[in-house]
Amino acid sequence: MPQRTAARVAYVNARLLDPASGLDASGALLTDGEAIAEFGPHLFANGVPGGIEVVDCDGLCLAPGLVDMRVQLREPGEEHKETLKTGGEAAVAGGITSMVCLPNTHPVIDDVATLEFVARRARKIGLAKVYPYAAATKGLAGKELAEMGMLAEAGALAFTDGTQAIRDAQVMRRALAYAATFGLLIVQHPEEPALAEGGLMNEGEMATRLGLAGIPAAAEAILLERDIRLVELGGARYHAAHVSTAAGLEVIRAAKKRGLAVTCDTAPPYFALNELAVGDYRTFAKLSPPLRSETDRQAVAEAVADGTVDAIASDHAPQDQDSKRLPFAHAAFGGAGLETLLAVSLELHHNRRMSMLDVLRRLTCAPADILGLPAGRLQKGAAADLVIFDPDRAWKVVADAFYGKSKNSPFDGRPVQGVVMRTVVDGRTVYLHA
Amino acid sequence: MTQSVFPHRHLLGIQGLTPQHITMLLDLADGYVEQNRAADKKKALLRGRTVINLFYESSTRTRTSFELAGKRLGADVINMQVSASSVNKGETLIDTAMTLTAMHPDVLVVRHSDSGAVQLLSQKVDCAVINAGDGSHEHPTQALLDALTIRRRKGRLSGLLVAICGDVLHSRVARSNIHLLNIMGAQVRVVAPRTLVPATMSRLGVEVFHDMREGLKGCDIIMMLRVQNERMRGNFIPSIREYFHFFGLDYEKLGQAKADALIMHPGPMNRGVEIDSDLADDYERSVIREQVEMGVAVRMACLEVLARNYTGGTA
Repeated sequence: MPQRTAARVAYVNARLLDPASGLDASGALLTDGEAIAEFGPHLFANGVPGGIEVVDCDGLCLAPGLVDMRVQLREPGEEHKETLKTGGEAAVAGGITSMVCLPNTHPVIDDVATLEFVARRARKIGLAKVYPYAAATKGLAGKELAEMGMLAEAGALAFTDGTQAIRDAQVMRRALAYAATFGLLIVQHPEEPALAEGGLMNEGEMATRLGLAGIPAAAEAILLERDIRLVELGGARYHAAHVSTAAGLEVIRAAKKRGLAVTCDTAPPYFALNELAVGDYRTFAKLSPPLRSETDRQAVAEAVADGTVDAIASDHAPQDQDSKRLPFAHAAFGGAGLETLLAVSLELHHNRRMSMLDVLRRLTCAPADILGLPAGRLQKGAAADLVIFDPDRAWKVVADAFYGKSKNSPFDGRPVQGVVMRTVVDGRTVYLHA
Repeated sequence: MTQSVFPHRHLLGIQGLTPQHITMLLDLADGYVEQNRAADKKKALLRGRTVINLFYESSTRTRTSFELAGKRLGADVINMQVSASSVNKGETLIDTAMTLTAMHPDVLVVRHSDSGAVQLLSQKVDCAVINAGDGSHEHPTQALLDALTIRRRKGRLSGLLVAICGDVLHSRVARSNIHLLNIMGAQVRVVAPRTLVPATMSRLGVEVFHDMREGLKGCDIIMMLRVQNERMRGNFIPSIREYFHFFGLDYEKLGQAKADALIMHPGPMNRGVEIDSDLADDYERSVIREQVEMGVAVRMACLEVLARNYTGGTA
């Protein structure tokens, strides 16, 4: 799929969207090699000079490629679920040009060798750029600090124990303090582990009717409260992943009001679905954290709109059939999300909660800024990582047609709007809509 | 020789001492350095006096240093390694103190793993007490011997820029040195990962650095602290190699300090953990052995002034 880099490409007749600068205007963009050379409303007003390849965008949106700050790529260790290649293909089909992968591989990304393996493999594949998180504690065991300083020097963007919270408050305190030594970010899965243990879905009427063990919404707020008190002790930067409850968002809101260096993201399922999606024991709707109540769903959508939620991530968690075609209690948590990230996020625009630029901000420059990535904005000299999409075109999610290896989408069958037409990484077109 | 006018009965810490008292102790110790280098090292100054080394925590160099200091002044010195005796039999700290008091010592030299334990003991005995290290609180004779080493090399303490690097959180050596150097007008920095330096450390009058290269910039003196192995297993620090990479003193990081910067270490050293092995042996830069020599002289001075103040008995 990766193509040779054309010397210069002019993307004309585009709706240029750059949330970082607030640009929303029709115009053109020129890439030269791997970088953005020029863009603006008046570029090529008198036609494109010869020797430049021309791509006519037909008035569609041209935006910075999406930055997805939470994906699981399963390589090394679980290549039957996803690989860096299939994950890369799914990402670019979803308009994603940079993604940050969790360290919960086998072996765990808690040493420089594994970190460099993942980064080097992804670079060779040449699809969406892959930046690894590294483990905050050795082996994700929640006990001993990982070598954060050396891992950061080797390219780890931030530190997290992935899909599990750092349970011990003392370990968490020291992880925050140690990370702060080097100005590093800790990303937490905010769920009180003891309260979540054994839980299968959101605690409430639905769980009671289905006879499934519940995870109370309070599990999120309790851990967030604890962590934010610890942040206050140590002054580290803290990011809460996939916040899913109204109570949790209140904690984040209050922390931000106090001026703490706290950010958070959520994932499309938490503002587009609620616990009813579990329906008749649908294991594709078994997510971690679980799909919550309708009140929580609305609170999440509201918080994305008002900026309490800084970023939207796909929370891509590919699971093969053998992990999902099981009784609900035994099925694995997680949903595939790369290829539906943009379309489901655009619902927030189509239902008039947010402007197009605000939705894109949560998907581009906001996550890039949290992670210190030079990505997610249209900028002269920056890498030409771009997405061209039709924001209004309707389609139906058909998980079986996904590029990704696993098809476990909680959105399977959902009618959505917004189609990725072309994805460009470092000036190369890496995806073209068929 | 200058008559001692040390107004304290005990030496429990550096905190509370004046620049005059510290200078007086250092001057006195300076004189003993020569005596210790002579063939006849013994004086009769404390003849008839009894010094008891009461060590609740194992120690080789400090205990030996005090023992030699006492003997060279002519005192009778008894070593008690308490962990092996009374504590095992369940005697409390205060009961031990009462027992020892009944034996009429003149000076008790006490080391204890609990901060404040030496002070508690000093309130219960008649004789003079020297703190030979209590928990993470103070180790005043170490700070004095460090000061003497610096003063003999640099000619002064005031105006020097000193970086104390390593496990400041648990270090009594760091605390005593911070107090002493501040009292004497030096400028003190501490350099450590955030897990090993309390956030409130700056209130003690130091500038806190988490980047060693930054922290060493322009320093006259670099004091390395020992990092206990049990703190290297992921609870405070991820690993020895990561610690050495960022906070171990090597020639490259040393390049940030002044060209004539001195390297100090209270011992025992962990070679390859907090200090590069070659650097530790570099006679041009490292004064680690000299510190040990100054230790005996400083302890002689401390024993002398306290024994003078405590007249003992009924005589």
